[in-house]
Amino acid sequence: MILKHIKLLLIALTISGFALKSSVAHTDHTHEHNENIHEVADEEAFDAGKMIIEHVVDSYEWHILNWGHTHVSVPLPILIWHDGQLLSFMSSAFVDHDTHHKVPVFFDANGAMIHYDGHGPNAAFALAILQDGSHKGKIAYIDVNKYMASHEIVEITEGGLPWDFSITKNVVALWFSIILMLWIFVSVAKSYKTRKGMAPKGMQSVVEPLIVFVRDDIAKSSIGEKNYQKYVPYLLTIFFFIFFNNLLGLIPIIPGGANLTGNIAVTGVLALFTFVITTFSANKNYWVHIVNTPGVPWWLKFPIPLMPIVEIMGVFTKPFVLMVRLFANITAGHIIVLGFMSLIFIFGAMSPVAGYGVSIVSVAFAIFMSVLEFLVALIQAYVFTLLSALYFGAALEEHH
Amino acid sequence: MELVSPGFGLIFWMLVSFSILLFITFKFIWPAILGGLKEREDEIANSLEEAKKAREEMKNLQSDNQALIKEAKNQRDEILKEAKTLKEDILKEAKQQATLEGQRLVEESKKRIQQEKMAAITELKNEVADLSISIAEKLIKTELSADTKKKDLMDKLIKDADKQLN
Repeated sequence: MILKHIKLLLIALTISGFALKSSVAHTDHTHEHNENIHEVADEEAFDAGKMIIEHVVDSYEWHILNWGHTHVSVPLPILIWHDGQLLSFMSSAFVDHDTHHKVPVFFDANGAMIHYDGHGPNAAFALAILQDGSHKGKIAYIDVNKYMASHEIVEITEGGLPWDFSITKNVVALWFSIILMLWIFVSVAKSYKTRKGMAPKGMQSVVEPLIVFVRDDIAKSSIGEKNYQKYVPYLLTIFFFIFFNNLLGLIPIIPGGANLTGNIAVTGVLALFTFVITTFSANKNYWVHIVNTPGVPWWLKFPIPLMPIVEIMGVFTKPFVLMVRLFANITAGHIIVLGFMSLIFIFGAMSPVAGYGVSIVSVAFAIFMSVLEFLVALIQAYVFTLLSALYFGAALEEHH
Repeated sequence: MELVSPGFGLIFWMLVSFSILLFITFKFIWPAILGGLKEREDEIANSLEEAKKAREEMKNLQSDNQALIKEAKNQRDEILKEAKTLKEDILKEAKQQATLEGQRLVEESKKRIQQEKMAAITELKNEVADLSISIAEKLIKTELSADTKKKDLMDKLIKDADKQLN
C-alpha cells in the first residue's frame, strides 16, 4: 500500500516537474509580436506572457471573449470596506464605456460614487485596478490629483490596500463549484436512503468508488484503524472540492475556466484547514517528538536546539508545501495549455500560413496536455488528501 | 508577482464558503453516504456469512442424508438377510414336514395295502373254502348219481373253479 502511494507521489512530482519546466520554457519564447492577422495595426500587440497571466490569475470581471474590438465579459460586484462603510459597485465602473480604457472610480467624502467627466471632480478618494507594481491587478487607493494632472494611476501606499471583499471571478467559481458539489452529493446522499441495500446507480456509482478509496486507502491506511473515522468527512470534502475544481478549471468556458485550485489563496486556505486540524488533533507524543526528538544525538538538541528548530519549521513547511504543490501544479498545467495557444498567435503574427500550420500542432499538444491535466486533477486531489491524512496520522501516532 | 500574492477578498470568501461547505457536508452529506455505505457493506458481509452458514448447514444435511441412506441400506440388507434365512428356514421346515408327511403317507399306504391284502387273502381263503366246500358237495352229489359222468363233471368243476379263480 505504501509502495503504491510512493509510486503515485513520484508520478505526480515528475509530472509537476515537467509542467513547471516547460512552462518556463514557453513563457521565455513569448516575445511581443503583432497579434491578429485580420485586424488592423491599431490592435494591441499580442503579449503571450500577459495573456497567460491574465487567464491564470483572479479577476474582477469574468472575461468571456474578444470579438474584434468588443470585449465580452460579465461584470462582477466590487465590495470595498472603506472607513466603516461598504462601497459596492459593479466592476464595469472601472472601464470607460467609450474608449474601453481602464479608468479609476471616484468617490466623495461620504463614499458616494462620482461620475467622472474629465473636469476635475471634487473627489475625496479614488480606487483603481493597478496595472503594474507589486500590487498589480489589485484594487488600490490612487492619487486623485496626479490622475487629474497626467491621467496617471499612482498608488497611495501609506494607507495600504483597501479591505477588498469583492466577488471576483474565483469567488463566483468557488460558489458555483460548491453549489455543484452540494447538488451532486445531496442527490447521492438521497439515493443512499431511497436505494437502501441496493447496488449503486448513476451518480452514486461514479462517486462511490472514490469515497471508498478515500475512506479505505487514504484515511484508514494513513491514520490507522483506531482514529481514522473522525477524519474521513474532512478528507472526503477536500478531495472532492479539489477534484471538482481541478476539473472545472479545465473547462475553457464559463462557468468553468477559473483557475481556482491554481490560486494560492484557495490552496492556502485548504492547507490552513489541514494545519489547524493537525495541530488540534496532535497528541502528547507529537509535541514530544518536536521538542525532544527521540533517536537523535543529544548535541543536536543542546545547547543549540537544532532539531527542535528543524521540527518546528517542519510543522509549518508541511502545510506550506501542500499549498504550493497544488497551486503550482494546476497553474503550470493551465500555463502550458495557454502557451500552446499563444504559439498560434505568435506564429500567426509572422505569417498567416505559419499560424495555421502551428495551430494544428498546438491544438494537438493542448489536447494532449488537457488529457494529462485530467490525470493531474485526480492525482493532485489524491496527493493533497493523502498528505493531509498522513499529517493527521503523524499527529495521532502513539508512542512505540 | 500577483500570481503568488493572495487576494484578501478571495481568502475571506474561501474561508467562509469552505467552512459552510464543510459544515453542510459534515452535517448532512457524509453521515448519510458513509452510513449508507457502511450499512450496505455490513449487509453484504452478513449475507456472505449467512450464505456460508447455509452452505455448511447444507453440507451437514447432506452428510446426514448420506448417513440416513447408509443406515437405510444397512437396514434393508439386514432385512433381506433375515428374509433369506427365514425363507431358507421355512423351506427347510417345509421340506422336512413334506418328507415326514410323505413317509407317514407311505407308511399308512403300506399299512392299508397290508390290511387290504390281508382282507383279500382272508376273503380269498374264505372263497376258496366255500368253493372247495361247494365242489366237494357237487362231487359227492355226482359220485352218488353216475359214475360216467364223474369224469366230465370233474373236468367241468375244475374248469369252473379255474374260471372263478381267474
